[in-house]
Amino acid sequence: MGQTIFDKLWERHVITGETFEPQLLYVDFHMIHEVTSPQAFQGLREAGRQVRRPDLTFGTTDHNVPTVDIFNISDLISKNQIDTLARNVEEFGIDAATHGSARQGIVHMVGPETGNAQPGKVIVCGDSHTATNGAFGAIAFGIGTSEVEHVFATQTLWQVKPKQMKVDFIGKPAKGVYSKDFILALIAKHGVDAGVGYAVEFTGEAVAELEMEERMTICNMAIEFGSKIGLMNPDQKTYDYVAGREFSPKDMAAAIADWETLPSDADAVYDKVITIDVSKLAPMVTWGTNPEMGIEFTESFPEIKDFNDERAYTYMDLKPGGKPSDIDLGYVFIGSCTNARLSDLQLAADIVKGQKIASKLTAIVVPGSRPVKEAAEALGLDKIFLDAGFEWREPGCSMCLGMNPDHVPEGVHCASTSNRNFEGRQGHGARTHLCSPVMAALAAINGKFVDAREVVA
Amino acid sequence: MDKFTVYKGTTVPIMNDNIDTDQIIPKQFLKSTDKTGFGKNMFFEWRYLSDGESDNPDFILNHPEYRQATILISGDNFGSGSSREHAAWAIKDYGFHAVIAGSFSDIHYNNELKNGILPIVQPLETRQILAGLSPDETIEIDLPNQVIRTSKGDFTFEIDAEWKRKLVNGLDDIGITLEYADLITAYEKKRPAYWQA
Repeated sequence: MGQTIFDKLWERHVITGETFEPQLLYVDFHMIHEVTSPQAFQGLREAGRQVRRPDLTFGTTDHNVPTVDIFNISDLISKNQIDTLARNVEEFGIDAATHGSARQGIVHMVGPETGNAQPGKVIVCGDSHTATNGAFGAIAFGIGTSEVEHVFATQTLWQVKPKQMKVDFIGKPAKGVYSKDFILALIAKHGVDAGVGYAVEFTGEAVAELEMEERMTICNMAIEFGSKIGLMNPDQKTYDYVAGREFSPKDMAAAIADWETLPSDADAVYDKVITIDVSKLAPMVTWGTNPEMGIEFTESFPEIKDFNDERAYTYMDLKPGGKPSDIDLGYVFIGSCTNARLSDLQLAADIVKGQKIASKLTAIVVPGSRPVKEAAEALGLDKIFLDAGFEWREPGCSMCLGMNPDHVPEGVHCASTSNRNFEGRQGHGARTHLCSPVMAALAAINGKFVDAREVVA
Repeated sequence: MDKFTVYKGTTVPIMNDNIDTDQIIPKQFLKSTDKTGFGKNMFFEWRYLSDGESDNPDFILNHPEYRQATILISGDNFGSGSSREHAAWAIKDYGFHAVIAGSFSDIHYNNELKNGILPIVQPLETRQILAGLSPDETIEIDLPNQVIRTSKGDFTFEIDAEWKRKLVNGLDDIGITLEYADLITAYEKKRPAYWQA
């Protein structure tokens, strides 16, 4: 019987333990940021322990960083967390893209950009969107702070091997339909908990056609499907992306020869298989308070089936039978580890070029990292956004979760390229609608959602 | 870690599905660099009125008869979303010792265990019975025998044997792992050469 990529990677990393019991897995790369690491460092200190492999650890600051005037941090508690990370990486000898430095960005951007995200690795980080790195053919998942401390001290984790699911994206999408729509459609159709207990392999011709940045968007939201692990088979696009980066293998030929053995065997068996024909998808918009509460642009908001729906409609101030085009938007956010890569900003800028945002709207663009910001500025994208009335900000997590000063005001509807529309996520009383960067850009220009398929040539 | 063997306490039901960790502890409280003090802000948006201080009388945790509850009964997919362990710290700091839900997010499940909170999966019928218990009924959670004992019947539950051993004995995970240091070192020597500096 053939093996999946997940089987192969798992097998390679087991140090001890029996299948279906907790097994000790080696961690090849550990990313840290300022929010989930302080207590782990403190735990090390109290126990008199060191970081076993500082050379396999890399830090950055992202959640708390201001996106305007970044060194003037008015929130002293945020500042303390940022300063604490800087002190901790110094004390324990860890390389880091610290606050304001050239490599700084959202942790899930920094891993791939530095070349630390590679096929064959086990990658962890105290952040649920770590699955983003699975797009490279790695086992990548989010962990809690106790597990961060465990990785610091031992470079390993105890994990029980999950079941496996294959999500096959087949067909060719219509113009105006993007990988963000693939994953939002999967979650809307099968639920926010459909992936609980599974590692999910995203595969199929539609995935093979995607560029690496689009693939990362899908793996990023595996956690919104309930799976802490989403991954893809590496291919030439993967190798090309990794090659030449700061931490790419010195011997790329040897690395690629090895990585070519990783993709799932044709006769590999999965516990569950789901197929989505992307040629039948329309742009997606969420109406409710979790990512499953989403519909295709042309559909109407669903009937209330239980008190969870009722609660969501009350919070969002929407009604069953309404349409995405009826939503009165007051804010647009283009950013986050889901959709703030260069290609996302290029797609949005193509829509925005020569236009003005709707008069009543606030619209901001927050590049995911400083390298993305600089690359975008080299292409003149900042000017396109600024001319249209967008704000062009410094990189960070920003109002994806609003630990920094960026919030959606109470009661305001926001078209957002981020990953979570939870109650209060973007600010107290904020009403978040998840969508692709192109849908967000169009929403900014029109003041309401419009169908990307009718605009994108 | 505290040992968890046989625990007796009263219950409170919050039966919503998909209670995410943003709900359990909102982002504004993640800025602490400590593990304690999160309990007062657990379920912040639901628990307090818009001034952020006055108790919301409609929220069940604020009902006088449920204020002493230490076992939470909940819906499906408890602890979804963000990996923030602050959610588990909040649950523990508030005084909950166990959460009985339809299912748990994979990351949050581990976070509860790492903090000596027992996550128990039960089907809806069982949770509905538990949710209907009088707020002053003390129930018994017997981890060694994997059973919940109540006036309305006993309910067995599953847990991984190794996790059970760690909880019952209050074992420190890192301490256990460090006993395998030789195996970890041996593993490191056979990692692919193209990753070595």
